[in-house]
Amino acid sequence: MSSEIFAVDPLVLFTILAMAASTYLTRIAGLVLTRFVTFSGRTEAALQAVPPAILMSVVAPIAFATGAAETTATAITAIAALRLPMLAAMAIGVVSVVVLRMALTAF
Amino acid sequence: MKTNQNKSAVNAGPNEFLLGVTTFFPLIFAVAPIGLLFGALAAQKGLSPLEVLLMGSFVFAGGSQFLALDLWADPLPWVTVAFSTFLINLRHVLMSASLAPKLGHWTTLQRYLGFFILADEVWALSEQRAIKHHTTFSFYLGVGLTLFVTWQVATVAGSLIGAVMGDPSRFGLDFAFTALFICLVMGFWQGRKTGVVLAASGLAAVLTYKFVPGAWYIIAGAVAGVIAAAIQYDDSPKTQLKPAEALQS
Repeated sequence: MSSEIFAVDPLVLFTILAMAASTYLTRIAGLVLTRFVTFSGRTEAALQAVPPAILMSVVAPIAFATGAAETTATAITAIAALRLPMLAAMAIGVVSVVVLRMALTAF
Repeated sequence: MKTNQNKSAVNAGPNEFLLGVTTFFPLIFAVAPIGLLFGALAAQKGLSPLEVLLMGSFVFAGGSQFLALDLWADPLPWVTVAFSTFLINLRHVLMSASLAPKLGHWTTLQRYLGFFILADEVWALSEQRAIKHHTTFSFYLGVGLTLFVTWQVATVAGSLIGAVMGDPSRFGLDFAFTALFICLVMGFWQGRKTGVVLAASGLAAVLTYKFVPGAWYIIAGAVAGVIAAAIQYDDSPKTQLKPAEALQS
């Protein structure tokens, strides 16, 4: 049993290292880039939009293209996030998606 | 560490580290179920718990780890796996370029070592911190190491208990990650212009997701949002107020 837990296939290890190298490359690319380029004016404004734009892109398919339960729960979570601490808003989102899925499949 | 004469001196050292840990704390409830799920799926694909730990530690990027499992087969298509990892993680180029100017006094070594763990959540909380204050290395480590430990413990536990756990969507936990990101998005709200950026990103991401296979939708959405921000840029002086100044007043 313990031999199964600690088993490492050489090709699996190699694949993991290849994944790690390509991930690290993307993570330091911005560091290298900003050493040679300084951003101001319009490009700075564009770069400031990166955080919300990426976060939105990651959630958009689940939030808007999965089903009515997910889309409604997204709206509820967003409204809750304006007034409540993050953990509370997240909890409301998770509970509402469960309730909505049950309600929508009941009909 | 060099002494800071300005107001940030009180924020240096262990306090900043602890602040990072406590800032991350609520996210444990979003990350742990996803980690358990990853471990369980990995076990189904034949990965040993040690292989799960190695992947989590070296790659440390949840989205690409799930994508790799999706592609996992015998014989192992390592070129496809590595290239798909690169594609889905291309967003990190924009993320690190965006965060780099907002860091406090980081040494070059700290930058290049620290960004090894620049996962989505670490980046998002560092950006959120940077709205009010430069992101210190201690704060970043507090957030990053807490996520690192959470992710490794959860994924290895998932691979050990594997099949015992049922489908996490039963408890709505598959939505936890989405709910977390929605909360983070709302933190970046600065008015109508943000609304236009979000609408452009969301629309581009959904359309790309529907019609283009793979992880291109994240890049498409990010680029659309950035273009929307650039178009809306107004170089008259009154718009020069930085969000940090606006929030501190």
